[in-house]
Amino acid sequence: MSAVWLAVLLVGGATVLLKAMGPVFLGGRPIPAQLSGVVPLLAPALLAALVVTQVVGGDREIVADARLFGLAAAGVALLLRAPLLAVVAVAALVTAGARLLL
Amino acid sequence: MFGASFGVLATAAGMEALPALTMSATTFAGSAQFAVASVLGAGGGVAAAVAAATLLNARYAPISVSVAPAFEGGSLRRLAESQLIVDESWAISRRRDGRFDRRVLVGAGLVLYAAWVGGTAVGVLGGESLGDPAALGLDAAFPALFLALLVPQVRSRRALAAALAGGAIALALVPIAPEGIPIVAASAACLIGWGRR
Repeated sequence: MSAVWLAVLLVGGATVLLKAMGPVFLGGRPIPAQLSGVVPLLAPALLAALVVTQVVGGDREIVADARLFGLAAAGVALLLRAPLLAVVAVAALVTAGARLLL
Repeated sequence: MFGASFGVLATAAGMEALPALTMSATTFAGSAQFAVASVLGAGGGVAAAVAAATLLNARYAPISVSVAPAFEGGSLRRLAESQLIVDESWAISRRRDGRFDRRVLVGAGLVLYAAWVGGTAVGVLGGESLGDPAALGLDAAFPALFLALLVPQVRSRRALAAALAGGAIALALVPIAPEGIPIVAASAACLIGWGRR
């Protein structure tokens, strides 16, 4: 089995179980109190890490290139409350433009 | 439309049509799917991609617990309907008294599911006809998308601290750790919430 398929099936299976946890498995019981402070912070921590690695990540090095302009433009678009697709499109356009000019 | 962006970006990151569609049909959670596509596309291993996506989706454990009292029927029906839980259907089905409306959740979930899988199919077709992803700036689409998903998650000072710490951990590890590891390691930032409510 290829790496992509393995990842697709494992993530799919794990997500099915996570979504079913309350309605099917726990039957109304709460999750442990200690975890209730930790779990909501996982998404912000991981999404921030994904932003960082995707914008300056290289092959075991930090690379500053046209992607930084794209991310800055996306930040401005978010401040202006642009819809998600517009934010992504602006980032791609600005990055492509910066690549042409630099 | 959001589904279409997954189809386009997954294709640009080197994912083929069938796995991308299968993922939208089984995982049905945007940020985790984008994480898998971007980690694998950047050359990270399966373990790192799966760990990052599963940790991202860990938020569905407390979310599914919160809506559990609204569900009815046998286990199979609960299992099927629970798969329609996504951030948006959960938020929209929350009533003023803090309880959840199962019919709203299932109805909104079905519409979102159809749009997500259908959008992925359209995006995959569109993505395959695109040229060089870097020339189109599509490599900057991923961080922009993750930033857009991050902003609504930062609703408290603790969430902001977790985001800053997670970003710092990843930045520190990029030069020394294999692809994918900095993202998984950044999940340790959630420990600042340990034992708090």
